Amino acid sequence: MTDPTEAAAAAAAAYPRIVATLIRVTGDWSLAEDCAQDALATALARWPEQGVPVNPGGWLLTVARNRALDVLRRSAVERRKLRELAILALTAATDSPQTEEVADDRLRLVFTCCHPALAMEARVALTLHTICAVPTADIARAFLVSESTMTRRLTRAKTKIATAGVPYRVPTGPALTERLPGVLAVLYLLFTQGYNADGEPSFAEESIRLARLLTMLMPEQPEPAALLALLLLQHSRRHTRRDVEGELVPLDRQDRSRWDRAAIDEALLIISGLDHDGPYLWQARIAACHATAASTTGTDWSRIAYCYDELFALMPSPVIALNRAVAYGYADQPATGLALLAHVRATGALKDYPLAIAAEADLSARAGDRSRAATLFREAAARTHSAAERRALLDRANEIQEESDVPQ
Amino acid sequence: MKYMMFVCSDTEPDTDRAPAPDIEKWVADNDAAGRRLRGAALAPDSTATTVRVRNGKVLITDGPFTETKEIIVGFDLLDCVDLDEAIEVARTHPMARAGRIEIRPFADFEQ
Repeated sequence: MTDPTEAAAAAAAAYPRIVATLIRVTGDWSLAEDCAQDALATALARWPEQGVPVNPGGWLLTVARNRALDVLRRSAVERRKLRELAILALTAATDSPQTEEVADDRLRLVFTCCHPALAMEARVALTLHTICAVPTADIARAFLVSESTMTRRLTRAKTKIATAGVPYRVPTGPALTERLPGVLAVLYLLFTQGYNADGEPSFAEESIRLARLLTMLMPEQPEPAALLALLLLQHSRRHTRRDVEGELVPLDRQDRSRWDRAAIDEALLIISGLDHDGPYLWQARIAACHATAASTTGTDWSRIAYCYDELFALMPSPVIALNRAVAYGYADQPATGLALLAHVRATGALKDYPLAIAAEADLSARAGDRSRAATLFREAAARTHSAAERRALLDRANEIQEESDVPQ
Repeated sequence: MKYMMFVCSDTEPDTDRAPAPDIEKWVADNDAAGRRLRGAALAPDSTATTVRVRNGKVLITDGPFTETKEIIVGFDLLDCVDLDEAIEVARTHPMARAGRIEIRPFADFEQ
């Protein structure tokens, strides 16, 4: 007997490689996924009873391969003989699945699922579905669409890959430099999708697993490692982001002793080994400042402000400008932050953006303007689409109101 | 794989001052590599004629069939290994900056 959780973990870890290899060999996404899913189901039924095999990946690949051969033998398609030959050639490789070729299969699959010719939401859904083996129903729930809509979206993406000739290949040279940020953006979106304020079942662990995979498979690229560090740092706060009632807890009120030290230490170790000028590294460094501080006031805000300067130079987006303004509001005076924020908003960017209004509210409160702060927190609450965020913002507004009602 | 590359105008062309790629060189390079089978620029859409047959009657109208500001100004028929190669061919065309380019694979009824 084996612990069912352990069996499931072993099967899940081996799964993406199986799909990736079958896609390469058969060129047929649906066939590859169906057979890999069958093999996974067989494993989950047998392994808890019979124990996890010594080589779980090889076991799964053999079962999936046999299933694929069965399906092809029953089908009347002309090309099936060719594909059968290809799958039979795979037999030799099945016994030693840790070859470079097979490792590359997973990387190829990541780049195909994250190809810019697919719509962004299709990329995220396809990555979850094909590489992480997340059931369509779960993906649909996270994207707030029906299962049939998500099935159509996935089918459409797979059809486009086949019909439009989206390559199953890791780009090289300058093309890799161009494509990699897009892949990392999908992983980051996948993380935030699992980490949104209304707490959908988390995909955070899936995205960390993928970031780890990319870091391992592309050791010459520094940004996947930086992204991994960033995700680990954000994930280290997962137990403290909500209170017992499920309400959002802002960073300055979280119980820092409950942050995941192992995750933080791993991230810090990764960051200490990096020294490039990349957006994820600056973000990871900012997250590290928060993770290593004893309190909000004990946080190295000057360092954070400096990191935002560098990040903004690489990616001059309004949201980064907003965070930079907040950092200066803490590193220097609240007035400095308010001035920078006003400067960003003067461009017309961030109009009605609830987090910008909340930031102005927070800076106003710290500058002593409580009535303005309360009004702004209420305005931000009215504009957010997240119920949890709305409650947290209204709480802040009421607290400030009560404080200012107390005679000085 | 065969792709049709629709070369279109765009209301918001690139504002980059860098010199535009040379179209003669683009044609020569891609023809030599076997990636471009043929192609042509089209006369302005004011010369277009739209033809429809409805219930056996031919309807002939002046002008293009859609009233958009982005119009097809030319086409190239490509033969590329995959979409990435086709994208590479498209991005180096001068109209990728002056306009926009749509790449569509030929339908494969064999599959």
